[in-house]
Amino acid sequence: MKAAVLVFPGSNREGDVAQAIELVTGRRPTMVWHGDGDFEKVDLIVVPGGFSYGDYLRCGAMAAQSPVMAEVKKRAAKGVPVLGICNGFQIVTEAGLLPGTLMRNSHLKFVCSDVHLKVETSQSLFTNRYQAGQVIRVPVAHAEGNYFADADTMKRLEDRGQVAFRYCSPEGLVDGSGNPNGSSSNIAGVFNETKTVLGLMPHPENAVEPMFGGTDGKALFEGMVEALS
Amino acid sequence: MKARVHVTLKNGVLDPQGKAIGHSLNRLGFPEVGDVRQGKFIELELNETDKAKAKARLDEMCKKLLANTVIENYSIELI
Repeated sequence: MKAAVLVFPGSNREGDVAQAIELVTGRRPTMVWHGDGDFEKVDLIVVPGGFSYGDYLRCGAMAAQSPVMAEVKKRAAKGVPVLGICNGFQIVTEAGLLPGTLMRNSHLKFVCSDVHLKVETSQSLFTNRYQAGQVIRVPVAHAEGNYFADADTMKRLEDRGQVAFRYCSPEGLVDGSGNPNGSSSNIAGVFNETKTVLGLMPHPENAVEPMFGGTDGKALFEGMVEALS
Repeated sequence: MKARVHVTLKNGVLDPQGKAIGHSLNRLGFPEVGDVRQGKFIELELNETDKAKAKARLDEMCKKLLANTVIENYSIELI
């Protein structure tokens, strides 16, 4: 699997996700600068976490208009898989690749902790190594992760099975106790209609080695390798 | 020509920042303050003399970048 990781001014998790990809593929991904309107053909495009453009105006708003994202939109339309993590999730929603938006956390605080997620489906190139209903533990670190979409969009997401992950309790209960930011319906990650674009606020790339305190994120990368190699 | 753009959250969209501001004002001795909604104010200098043209271009700017129409409304004022 050949991957590209985008780099914006203010990205800070690009190294983490590149390392996670290298861990499962043995191959270093290509790093692509935001000003590059074209880059080599790849099997997967990753939009990493951080604070692109200092989160000016709205998180992800500036990055979504960068030359590299124009190219990503074109490739996503052709079915090239795109994974947006944290700020990357904000960028791909601002770019219109995913529905909804990420708002300020309901309690207004930056949240940096491990959370539990319920995997909603194993039927995607990103989640095929998980079981539907499985509970995994991965970290979050954000101030704007409060997923919001209007009622029609929420209904469409649910009807089409586009919710990828939901925040839950350690026991797998999807309720307020496990929700770190006030997200609608505890949504932590969503797919596009074809399930070739995934955006999520948590950081699976920071849960791939025992010394990180958990390895539950590794299966996401292994699943992609299996699907895309 | 100068333009002023106001970006505000749509009705029904929760505004935790506005809520926090309201609570603080209540605590500071302004009990008359009820609901507070926070928005953005953007002032732009435009190299354009035709008002209709300016308005159309600003509309495009708002849709493309200045506002996120999933959650925000915008209004344009030319001065």
